[in-house]
Amino acid sequence: MSDIPTAAPPAATAESRLSRADVAHLAQLARLAVTDEELNLFAEQLSVILGAVAQVSEVAAADIPPTTHAVPLTNVLRADVVVASLEREAVLAGAPSVEDDKFRVPKILTEEA
Amino acid sequence: MSLIRSSAAELAARIAAGDVTAVEVAQAHLDRIDAVDPSVKAFLHVDADGALSAAKAVDDTRAAGERLGALAGVPLAMKDVVVTKGLPTTAGSKILEGWRPPYDATITTRIKDAGIVMLGKTNMDEFAMGSSTENSAYHPTHNPWDLSRIPGGSSGGSSAAVAAFEAPLSIGTDTGGSIRQPAAVTGIVGHKPTYGAVSRYGLIAFSSSLDQAGPFGRTVLDTALLHEVIAGYDPCDSTSIPAPVAPVVEAARDGARGDLRGVRVGVVRELSGDGYQAGVLAAYDAAVAQLRGLGAEVVEVSCPHFTYALAAYYLIAPSECSSNLARFDAVRYGLRVGDDGQHSLEEVMSLTREVGFGPEVKRRIMIGTYALSAGYYDAYYGQAQKVRTLIAQDFAAAFEKADVLVSPTSPFVAFGIGERVADPMAMYINDLCTLPASLAGTPAISVPCGLSEGLPVGLQIMAPTLADERCYRVAAAYEAAVTPVLASIPELTV
Repeated sequence: MSDIPTAAPPAATAESRLSRADVAHLAQLARLAVTDEELNLFAEQLSVILGAVAQVSEVAAADIPPTTHAVPLTNVLRADVVVASLEREAVLAGAPSVEDDKFRVPKILTEEA
Repeated sequence: MSLIRSSAAELAARIAAGDVTAVEVAQAHLDRIDAVDPSVKAFLHVDADGALSAAKAVDDTRAAGERLGALAGVPLAMKDVVVTKGLPTTAGSKILEGWRPPYDATITTRIKDAGIVMLGKTNMDEFAMGSSTENSAYHPTHNPWDLSRIPGGSSGGSSAAVAAFEAPLSIGTDTGGSIRQPAAVTGIVGHKPTYGAVSRYGLIAFSSSLDQAGPFGRTVLDTALLHEVIAGYDPCDSTSIPAPVAPVVEAARDGARGDLRGVRVGVVRELSGDGYQAGVLAAYDAAVAQLRGLGAEVVEVSCPHFTYALAAYYLIAPSECSSNLARFDAVRYGLRVGDDGQHSLEEVMSLTREVGFGPEVKRRIMIGTYALSAGYYDAYYGQAQKVRTLIAQDFAAAFEKADVLVSPTSPFVAFGIGERVADPMAMYINDLCTLPASLAGTPAISVPCGLSEGLPVGLQIMAPTLADERCYRVAAAYEAAVTPVLASIPELTV
């Protein structure tokens, strides 16, 4: 969970408007390299959507328990038994880049790190 | 009746009787796809070789004197969000273009084991986010009733394929109405099972507390037959309900006798009126009168929190999607962009997701990211989950007074392709009637109930958790009493 750099109060309101900077921050958190054009479009569209969904705040629900799931099943465990998993070759076949039977990724650490 | 216009039940009976082979049935549907799919564009991938060899296997089984399953040899179109081993599976997204899954979803396995012949994978809104199939990264699908209109969504390829006689059966998934609304606007039957009744193992996840796969057919009985094939407990899905499959086929046969005496039908006050097209309401009112004519007792019920279902859904589903779609990180499958030695892993992820996801997916990921952020979580996501509880309580109270609840399936008939794409809220409003059952996890069916301006209207029938058979019983009784809507579909000019 990260803070969003806006001065908006922590309550859903129909006035929740997102600036271009807000959208840029959300996009960064969500790993989306959005374009300059998209910042304008999404700032507009996301503000409209947030204004509409803020309607949930009209409902008096202080003492209502939340529903996370329609089916009240908890702690579903399977027997602790080793079973076959997918073949390594079959799994790696779908990867964009493979090296030495492993997923190859671009460098993670920068030189200064 | 020609092979492509036969029901699944008729086809299975003819194949079992040796009147026609499964290979002939598969070939007739592949020919139909060749003829009409260039205009309808229901499929993303057609697997002619796979279909013919699966059909041949059914014919061989019969020749060996073995008993065939209830739908053996019947063709089916599979929504592209369901993984199929070795067959391209994209979920309508560019980020998965070219990916061939290394395993089958549980429902894929069940369909294959039943001898059902999979013709191919159908188009959909990207990651099932949409109500028109226009959010597919590949192409829109056209409604066979009027090619300039949408076939509903997100399972629009599956609904169009069945309405266009390209397949008698198909599989859809429904997170907020993605089976029921496409069924309604194409004049076919579609059922969203009780959440947990059908395994989610191998469904590419959108909103895990809501996603549910279900059947499409041209008749209530066909839909029920497919439901029985795919439903049932699956240890591979930790939210699968360990309960017997609802007796939906028996209910469909029983309902077809047309007697609804003793059944209490609740008309939901909040799901009609302002914002609904007049023609939709007229067809709906006539359907309710028809149910009364079949002996049902019609009562009005009020579910005051249904009004907030749209707002709650468009917080909960995006929140869950922002988490689920984090798996598309350019490492294990799908697209990778910017891997040129100049970009870090994080940059490659961001560039890949930017190119690989379409605008609606990005919008929902960002709304979800916002709603789950510190300082906003309680006001948005937490509050939406409380509203979800209140909606479930409204259902519980209404089911004290009625055995099933009814409403229109969608406030509108199929709209024109391109009409609503620029305005996300105008698209979301399509889901007004289908969202309450999604949030409560309860089953609901859409059955055709007449035409408005020459386009199909759907009647939604909702039942309590694990009482899916009630949906089928009432739908079958209604279906038996009226002229089939699909009888008036215009012939596709090809």
